[in-house]
Formats: sequence, C-alpha cells, structure tokens
Amino acid sequence: MPSVVTANRLNDGIVVYLAPKGAWTESIADAARAETDDELKVLESAAEIAVQDRIVVGVYPMPIEIKEDGTVDPISVRERIRASHRTTLTEDWYDVPL
Amino acid sequence: MYRYDEFDHAFVNERVAEFRDQVARRLSGELTEEQFRPLRLRNGLYLQLHAYMLRIAIPYGQLSPRQLRQLAMIGRRWDRGYGHFTTRQNLQFNWIKLVDVPDVLAALAEVEMHCIQTSGNCVRNVTSDPYAAAANDELEDPRVWCEILRQWSTLHPEFNWLPRKFKIAVSGAAEDRAATAFHDIGLRLVRGPNGENGFRVLVGGGMGRTPYVGQVIREFLPKEHLLSYVDSILRVYNLHGRRDNIYKARIKILVNAMGIDKFREEVEADWNATNKAAIDLPEDELRRIASYFAPPELPEQAPRDEALAARRESDPRFANWYRNNVLPHRVPGYASVVVSLKEPGRTPGDASSDAMDFVADLAERFGHNEVRVNYTQNLVLPHAALADVPAIYDALAGAGLATGNNELLGDMICCPGLDYCNLANARSIPIAKEIAKKFEDPERQTEIGKIRVNMSGCINACGHHHSGNIGILGVDKKGTELYQITLGGSPKDDASVGKIIGPGFRAENVPEAIDTIVDTYVENRREGENFLDTWRRVGPAPFKEALYGAR
Ligand code: HEM
Ligand code: SF4
Repeated sequence: MPSVVTANRLNDGIVVYLAPKGAWTESIADAARAETDDELKVLESAAEIAVQDRIVVGVYPMPIEIKEDGTVDPISVRERIRASHRTTLTEDWYDVPL
Repeated sequence: MYRYDEFDHAFVNERVAEFRDQVARRLSGELTEEQFRPLRLRNGLYLQLHAYMLRIAIPYGQLSPRQLRQLAMIGRRWDRGYGHFTTRQNLQFNWIKLVDVPDVLAALAEVEMHCIQTSGNCVRNVTSDPYAAAANDELEDPRVWCEILRQWSTLHPEFNWLPRKFKIAVSGAAEDRAATAFHDIGLRLVRGPNGENGFRVLVGGGMGRTPYVGQVIREFLPKEHLLSYVDSILRVYNLHGRRDNIYKARIKILVNAMGIDKFREEVEADWNATNKAAIDLPEDELRRIASYFAPPELPEQAPRDEALAARRESDPRFANWYRNNVLPHRVPGYASVVVSLKEPGRTPGDASSDAMDFVADLAERFGHNEVRVNYTQNLVLPHAALADVPAIYDALAGAGLATGNNELLGDMICCPGLDYCNLANARSIPIAKEIAKKFEDPERQTEIGKIRVNMSGCINACGHHHSGNIGILGVDKKGTELYQITLGGSPKDDASVGKIIGPGFRAENVPEAIDTIVDTYVENRREGENFLDTWRRVGPAPFKEALYGAR
C-alpha cells in the first residue's frame, strides 16, 4: 500500500501533504507517494526538516489507495475529511458520504 | 451588563501583547511546538483536524449587539464567515490562522472579550441560565455571581494549575436550565430557612468517560460566603485530586472515591479554618458588581396583544414557532424569544457572520440590546415586547432563523465530531442532519413533544449525550463509525445518566433507530407523560424489543 506524509502548516494550520522536491501541497493528489518503507523513510526525514524549519507541525505518515481512475483514496473517514478541506456550514451539502 | 474597568482593560491588553510576542517567537523559532503548545492553549487556541481553532468565552452566555457584531467581523475577516456556539456558552472559530490570532485577540479586547481560561486545567467559563433576569420563575439573577466567580478565578494563583479542567454553572431559577448537576460545581440559588437567598451547592458532576450526577455538598450556603466556600472545595480538590492519570483527575472521581460525606468533612474543615473575611466579597463590592446587572426598564404592557393573538389564529407556522420558541417573561407584556440555530440541513449551533449581524440588529431594534447564548446551542433575545413578536418572527423567518423546534426533537445538541475535532472517533454533524431530515415535519415533532436528543463524536461527551433523553455516542469500531444509543438521561432537576440500550448502529441506520425509539415512546406513553416518565415506568424492555426484537 502506498503512503504519503501529512501535517498541518504552522502559520495557518491548514492540512498539507509533502510533495516532490520538499514542497508542501494542500492537494492530496499532488502528494509525493512512497511505495516502499525506504521511500517512506526518505519522505519522513524531509518532513522532519520542515518541522525544524517551522513550515509544518504534527507530521505523520498515512496509507492511501490509488483508485482505478487514478485518484487518491485517503482510506479512513478522518483522512477523507482532512483531505476535503471543506466547511459544513454553507449549504445543505456534505461531500464525504456516510 | 458588566463593563471592564481600567484594570480589566489593562490586564486583557497585556495578555494580547504577551501572546503577540509568543506567536512571534514561535514563528521565529525561539519557541518549539512543545514549548508553545501550553502557551497557546492558555489563550484558547487549539490545533484541530483542519486548522487552528480559537475558543472565545462568552461569560454566562451574555452578548451585547456590539460584541456579536465584532464576532461576525472576526468570522468574516479571519475565518470562513461562521462560528460554532458550544454547550459551554463559548464560540469556536474553526479556521483561524496562527499569524492572525494576535489581531483577533486585540479585536476581542476592543469589545471586552477574550479567550483566557477557555482551555487548560483551570476554572473555565462560568455558565448560566440564558433567561437570567427574564424568566418568570427566577429567584435571583445568577449573572452577578457568575461575574464574581469569573473575577475571582481569573489567574487565581492557587487554582491555575489544578489536576484537571474545572467547570462551574450557576442557576437562579426554579427550573434548572444550565445543567448544573453535570458540572464540577453546580450552584442553585434557593430560599433559605429565614427567607433569605443562598446556594444549594452540588459537587462532582460531569460528563466524559465517567459520567456522574453532582451530589449535594451543602443544602444551604449563605450567599455572602460563596467565594470562601468554593475556595475550600477547590483547595481540597487541588490537594487530593489525582495528577497521575488524566482519566481520573477530575473532581468527580475524587468525590466518588472519597465518598461525599468524607469529601464534605474535608471541605468544611478547611472552610472553618479559613479567614472568610479575607476571601468573601465585601458588601459594597457586591453591590457595585450587582449594579451592572440591573435589568432594562420594561414598562408593563397589556399581557395580551390582539394582533399577536390574531396571527396565531391565522398562521399555523407562526403559531407553532410561538408555542415553542417564545417563553414567558417576568414582566407582563414581554417574552424571551429563542433564535433557532437548528434549521434542518444546517449544522446545529453554527451561525454565519451574516446571521450574527442580523441578530445583533434585532437585539437593538426589539431586544433592549441583549443577546444570550443557550447551552443547547441557540441564541435568545431575553427581553422582547409581545407586540413586537410577529415582526421579530418575520425577520427571523427571512434569515432561516425561525425554526419552531425549541426543546423538540429537532433541537439536537451536537458536537463538531470528526468533521472538525482531533479527538473524535466518529462524525456527529451529518448524523444530526439526517435525523433532522427524518423528523422534518413540524406536526410530527409537535406530536412527540419535548424531548432532548444529544450527540457526541467521542466519549469526551462535549455534546452532552449522557444527559440526552436519547443520547448518541460515536465510537470507532475497527475503522467503521458506529453509534451507541443511550436512553433516559436528563440534564434537569431529575438529572440522570442515560443507559446504553444495546449494540450500536451503523451511521446510515441511526435515524431509523431514533424513529423506532420515538415510536415506541409514543405508543407506550400515558396521558401527560414525557419521555422520561414513560422510560422510567416501562423500562428498557419495549425499546429493546422494538430495536432488536427481530434479530
Ligand atoms: C473541538 C475541540 C474540542 C476539544 C479538543 C474538546 C476536548 C474535550 C475533552 C478532552 C473533554 C473531556 C474532559 C474530561 O472528561 O476530563 C471535553 C468535555 C467537554 N467539552 Fe469539549 N472539546 C472540544 C469541543 C467542544 C465543543 C464544541 C463543545 C460544545 C459543543 C464542548 C463542550 C464540552 C463539554 C460540555 C464537556 C463535558 C463536560 C465535562 O465533564 O467536562 N467541547 N472536551
Ligand atoms: S465529544 Fe469528542 S468529538 Fe465531540 S467535540 Fe468533544 S472531543 Fe471532539
């Protein structure tokens, strides 16, 4: 199962994912994917540096699934909610199905 | 309402400056997250699922229009245009940026508000009856005592690092509308043996993973001794409360481990040894604080308004709203009006910045400049003339704020759950929305009558599920959200903790299960019974049979 590394951005708290080349992205689709434990270790040490550089806080790795159409499934309800960045106020809509 | 004096202003502004400096030091790297976290929590700033969350205290649930407009402005300028009113009479913003927090705190200080002690192991925002100084069953205004407790507990040197958080509620009316029995200390103003007012003091109530109904530690406390007595309770708790285990650190655990009699003995011994005069408020200071809470001048009016009566005859929606959301007032010709934040399809307790502005306008036009926050997550205009009620209704209806379901099934309490909260096991908001949809028909709700349905997304019980007549608790069962249902809880004078009725339900089956429970109640109830009466008479058997019989 592939994995990505996620965190919250320090200055605004928004959910982000480690992208290729050490950048951070709000879109899980653009996250750097680790296929092996070794690849994940590389991502985690890059993320650790970003913590020290005060770019992000609360780093952790999470498994994902790639669906047939190529989109990323964050698997757990919690991670689907985080990845959606959405509010529940605006209207009678809700995009993470029960 | 209470106005800050020079000292209050200086103190709050100092705290804003201090936190501005702390944020700057965090951003520059002088402080690590481990060092910064306790500092931000002391200022009500959490890091949640999506972003930072800022918890703002609304002392005893009272807001002026100016304050409400400032909250609306903060939501618009620094958040996503809405906030969430909580069961502790706080307002939470869910999308605040760390870099903006010092400016937000400065904006709050401008209107005499802050986030101090909305988190951490200290005395939290003191909550109260939202109908204070308006209700017709009130003995004495509880807000005066809330304000005294607030001033006493703010940065109290002895009680700022307690074993765990500490919550106090005060009610001054015959009916308990502040869930006092579910607080660390619950204070009820009562009439004493010589006709003077004092407090019945409850201690050791609480929700969370180990719910307890508070027990009476003192049947009657002369009110001038409130501070010294509360001081003694906190001292005994501070000394003996457990600091080794976060789950056993609340006062409720201590009270139940020691037994109420032993706990009382220790408190009374400490109190008898206390120099009370050094702690209790001098008479003139009490009078000074009380003077801020003088109720508005309300010239008596005819108790019956003809136009209002005619509207109730001709407009069934208005009549329904009036029956549930307009409450009696102590002055003839007036009423308290509940502004519903429970429109079906919306998140319970959420209010947009536009709605906040709108309610502030109404409070100025019709409400003598007062707004209250109910712990059931609605707003209240406490003082409205009956003659203005139809105009208030029309205005509210145009803004989606006139759902006539106060205290009915649609008036659910609901915590943010997994949609916002880092501690959640399951979602609560979408479940509440589905339940609201199932019971959308106002006639059905009227037929069911008053009923309290409360829901939490984890065992911390922020959504008061333990005290719901029907309680819903989200749990995580091997990665699936599962909902446990409890029956028979009550937050009122007959306070009780609900009992689990059986195995949990998957999310999509919860509305049906609630439907079954409600039908079982309606089938079994006798004339004049409410849900609790029926539940206490028939017991769990018919509910179990209806829910699980076919299994
Ligand atoms: C979203 C961030 C929140 C966090 C991290 C949080 C955390 C907690 C925790 C850990 C407890 C359990 C305390 C204990 O048993 O010792 C608790 C209890 C409680 N919270 Fe929250 N809460 C949050 C939001 C809310 C909201 C939105 C409300 C109101 C809707 C609320 C009201 C309460 C109440 C009434 C209790 C139970 C009373 C008690 O026994 O202390 N909280 N909360
Ligand atoms: S009950 Fe649990 S899920 Fe709900 S707000 Fe409290 S801590 Fe979060």
